[in-house]
Amino acid sequence: MTEEEQVVGLVPKCKLVCQGAEGRVFETRYFKRRAILKQRFDKMYRHPILNKKLTRQRLGMEVKGMMKARKLGIRTPTVLLVDTETNSIIMDRVEGITVKDWLRKGKYTEEELGRVLSAIGTQVAAMHDGSLVHGDLTTSNIIVREPSLELTFIDFGLSFNTVAQNGPEDKGVDLYVMERAFLNAHADKPGLFDKALEAYSQKTNQWKSTFNRYSEVRMRGRKRSMVG
Amino acid sequence: MGKPTICMGFEGSANKIGVGIVTSDGDILANPRKTFITPPGTGFLPRETALHHQQVIVPLVQECLKEANLTPKDIDCLAYTKGPGMGAPLVSTAVVMRTLAQIWKVPIVPVNHCVGHIEMGRLVTGAVDPIVLYVSGGNTQVIAYSEKRYRIFGETIDIAVGNCLDRFARVLGLSNDPSPGYNIEQLAKEGSQYIEMPYNVKGMDVSFSGILSFAEDTAVKLLKKGTATKADLCYSFQETVFAMLVEITERAMAHCNTQDVLIVGGVGCNKRLQAMMKIMADERGGKLYATDERYCIDNGAMIAWPGLLAFGQGDTIPVEESTCTQRYRTDDPVINWRDD
Repeated sequence: MTEEEQVVGLVPKCKLVCQGAEGRVFETRYFKRRAILKQRFDKMYRHPILNKKLTRQRLGMEVKGMMKARKLGIRTPTVLLVDTETNSIIMDRVEGITVKDWLRKGKYTEEELGRVLSAIGTQVAAMHDGSLVHGDLTTSNIIVREPSLELTFIDFGLSFNTVAQNGPEDKGVDLYVMERAFLNAHADKPGLFDKALEAYSQKTNQWKSTFNRYSEVRMRGRKRSMVG
Repeated sequence: MGKPTICMGFEGSANKIGVGIVTSDGDILANPRKTFITPPGTGFLPRETALHHQQVIVPLVQECLKEANLTPKDIDCLAYTKGPGMGAPLVSTAVVMRTLAQIWKVPIVPVNHCVGHIEMGRLVTGAVDPIVLYVSGGNTQVIAYSEKRYRIFGETIDIAVGNCLDRFARVLGLSNDPSPGYNIEQLAKEGSQYIEMPYNVKGMDVSFSGILSFAEDTAVKLLKKGTATKADLCYSFQETVFAMLVEITERAMAHCNTQDVLIVGGVGCNKRLQAMMKIMADERGGKLYATDERYCIDNGAMIAWPGLLAFGQGDTIPVEESTCTQRYRTDDPVINWRDD
């Protein structure tokens, strides 16, 4: 089925790459450029009102998040077209593989691993210092390009701009989500998150308040781990 | 084939007390249970719950043996809930188990309550390696098996979904008999108006404190003004909360590349949640596995069965080590009976 070409909205010749949780991702061409089309489709299990609200909200957040991240110096796909009729975004195709696959393949030197992890930490810190919270920092949502090891962040559908008083909490939760993603998807390689967090701590201007809140969120979420 | 091993399991981590007998062939011979029900508007507290368990557990053991048509001599081992759960009810149950283990001279196997739910779900439904949504009064987790452990991919970062439903029912003054969640489910069927409520998903994690505050404050005001009925609120509450649960389950399925989903835990017997999950699973070309209230809700068999699996690996403990712990994570115990 992935081989078949189909029409999505007004875009012909779309080839399904994968079905994520949020929507379908197609490979296509846009004015002769190689492009990716991401379409959010209706979730039939959701109430129509809720579905419409969430789909629209996330389409908007995804575009805004990517724009904001770029302003903060973080590489994201270039947005080429947003179609609110079909809830799809056409963006530049990013070369590379997900950090998840890169880690699983394991074809890297210690030095390269260190570079990627510290780049993750530094760039998340840059996002957070600019009040941008990604909302879904998993290793599937960061693409690494070889051999330069440049990172591109994708999937900003859950991202948002945090306001001053909620900042530490939102950033703390963001880090916690990232920690868990590392822990679960790469259970065989412990300590990866700690390296990224160290780079984060060196880059960010708000380490103290964010770290305090992050520790609190951790206790809240993992409180059941304490042998009581 | 030799004679199957027989295990009696004891579960009393929350307001249910259950004793079940299961054989190593997976046959459930008996599984009686009693629930401590409190008046509308109130919840169950550890001390009263423990007292309830203490009063009913011995007749329950007798009833269980009678129903299974067995005598104590037929029992090969005893399994009990080590945790997580409420301290006093856990300990009350463990005391009875320890006493019987010494009278009957049989070995003891400790069981993690969450693992009990998962293994019971797998036994009853035949699901092989699904993504598990474990939803109950004390837990909300999305779990996948990997390398000898049940790993938690997503969970609540504040209160559990069942706890949220219970407290919502209390706000509306619904009955706790047979359970608050059941009464919300029934009332929701009469609701027609969808009221927007806070929706909170963070990656694969969820948060329910926002919607609970909304229910306690705004929803009650709507009710007083007469712009919404109790049924409308139950309906909207379920639609919102369950959509959050289905979404994080789908995220985990996409992340792990898994097709099938298994729902376990007390909230898992909600038909609306099952229906929503089935639509999602169908869309992904997967299958939904769910159980009814006999096995979703805490029971003794769900402890006896993983007890047998662990017993098969020689995981028995001496009586002085048969302690309880209120906090015992799903990813703590090593699942040495699975080889995949």
